[in-house]
Amino acid sequence: MRAGRLPLALGLLIVGFATLVAVFGPFFAPHDPFAQDLAHRYVPPAWLPGGSPAHWLGTDGLGRDYLSRLILGARISMLIGVSTVVLSGIIGTTLGVLGGYFGGPVDAVVMFVVSCRLAIPLILVALTVVFMVGSSLAVVVLTIGLLLWERFAVVSRAVTRQVCALDYIAAAWAAGCSRPRVILGEVLPNIAHHLVVIATIDMAIAILLEAALSFLGLGVPPPLPSWGLMIAEAKDYMFFKPWVIEVPGVALLVLVLGINLLGDGLRDLLGARTDR
Amino acid sequence: MLRFVLRSLLLAVLVCLTVLIISFALSRLSGNLAINIAGPDASPEAIATIEHELGLDRPLPVQFMEWASRAAHGDLGSSYMYHATVASLIASHLPVTLRLGAIAIAIAIAIAVPLGILAALNEGTWIDVGVGMVALAGQAVPSFWLGLVLILWFGVDLHWLPIAGLATWRGYVLPSFVLSFVAIPVMLRLTRGGMIDAMRADYVRTARAKGLSRASIVLKHAFRNAAMPVVAVSAVQLGFILGGSVVTEVVFNVRGVGYLAWESIGKGDFPVVQAVVLLFAIIFVLLTLFADLMGALLDPRLRG
Repeated sequence: MRAGRLPLALGLLIVGFATLVAVFGPFFAPHDPFAQDLAHRYVPPAWLPGGSPAHWLGTDGLGRDYLSRLILGARISMLIGVSTVVLSGIIGTTLGVLGGYFGGPVDAVVMFVVSCRLAIPLILVALTVVFMVGSSLAVVVLTIGLLLWERFAVVSRAVTRQVCALDYIAAAWAAGCSRPRVILGEVLPNIAHHLVVIATIDMAIAILLEAALSFLGLGVPPPLPSWGLMIAEAKDYMFFKPWVIEVPGVALLVLVLGINLLGDGLRDLLGARTDR
Repeated sequence: MLRFVLRSLLLAVLVCLTVLIISFALSRLSGNLAINIAGPDASPEAIATIEHELGLDRPLPVQFMEWASRAAHGDLGSSYMYHATVASLIASHLPVTLRLGAIAIAIAIAIAVPLGILAALNEGTWIDVGVGMVALAGQAVPSFWLGLVLILWFGVDLHWLPIAGLATWRGYVLPSFVLSFVAIPVMLRLTRGGMIDAMRADYVRTARAKGLSRASIVLKHAFRNAAMPVVAVSAVQLGFILGGSVVTEVVFNVRGVGYLAWESIGKGDFPVVQAVVLLFAIIFVLLTLFADLMGALLDPRLRG
């Protein structure tokens, strides 16, 4: 195998597995992820002394099965990742393509909006919005999606400008295509491969951002098992039982690494740009 | 050049004004500010009193103009929770955050630049792939989790470093290292890309033909050209590091501006939150302005 193909294969494997777990996992989870069992709090994972095969990854401070919560947490992470990227992708691509296609004052406005967005401290504003509006899965998705579109905008603007200089755009014009027709039929398909790569980058960032918000107590509300929230809930016990933060943390690390590997592999495969 | 400077300055001012409006709007997203402050069990009279005292019963545009004109004079109002002005709270919390940010960006440069050069000189080999993996892993680690794990390893298991607080220089090691992780992957890729381009350039071929040593070619000729974008980006990355300081400061219990903002958000203390959002935005705008101007100064092609 060539060195360049390894990241793609590894990324596909991890993201594919995470998708399967997110979609079907909860149906096969060994326990109810919300069922408390105060007689069995902080049972360690099966491979540690005191572990039991009834709870492969142990239990949390309320005796809830860690594996079952981790599986449902995968669904939350993937759901957040995919839906925020759809939202931010629509916003960012619309802005970027309009700016790149029309240029001039339209472009100036788009770049100004992007500059303003970049100047806003992401985590602080997200925390404030979630606090103000009240935390729920939908609020977190909307908040992150409405904040994370700048990379889509910057890249789609740059590649739209390149594409618009090419002959087939002029040909479409000459053939009498309308503006929407040129943008949707010619520009968009020809920048799509760049957008796919940006989608992976932003999905990874969105998942990490949700985990950070949940960790700080203003993300996905309990008792939902967001991985960030699991780490926050376990934090006070990590000095005595390090695995309580290691298990969800490693899950988060592997998923995000997988998405990044997939993005890197796709970028090399498709020859896409990811500047900035 | 003068036109470019003036345009950049104008843009920076406009961005700051927009953020001023956004940070004000942010604190009025929720209609029940006074209830947040008084608590859910407060009587309607108590809430009305608080609203009146804080001026929340006046029309929004009036509130905004008053706040904005005061902010323009450096008066950011008073905290709802602490008996202190917002300016004094920020003044007492900012130095720690700036110090951590500066150390973090230094660490990021010290790690990213040598690794980037190493990868570029070994382009396409397993060393290059390995360095790329380091960058990817750095991007994938949740910073709050990295902080906790490092506390466990170096604070609890090895007893090398304190687990919280900044009493001695040792306290700065872990938080600034964790902060630097935000910037390392970007700067590493940029160094690598710049060095690969530079090593293929004509001036490097000339230097080779002159029989200069490899070290001299790499450091004096190639890196000097690859370094400019890295310096410019490190200014922008410092802005991102400061904006993201809230997470690291909470993990390490460091009383910086990020911690102050997090605490204030949780208590509904919005004059403080507004001011911190505005402060970070202005710092970011100034850093990007610096990066743009320096870029334009060194490379006339960027003055477009």
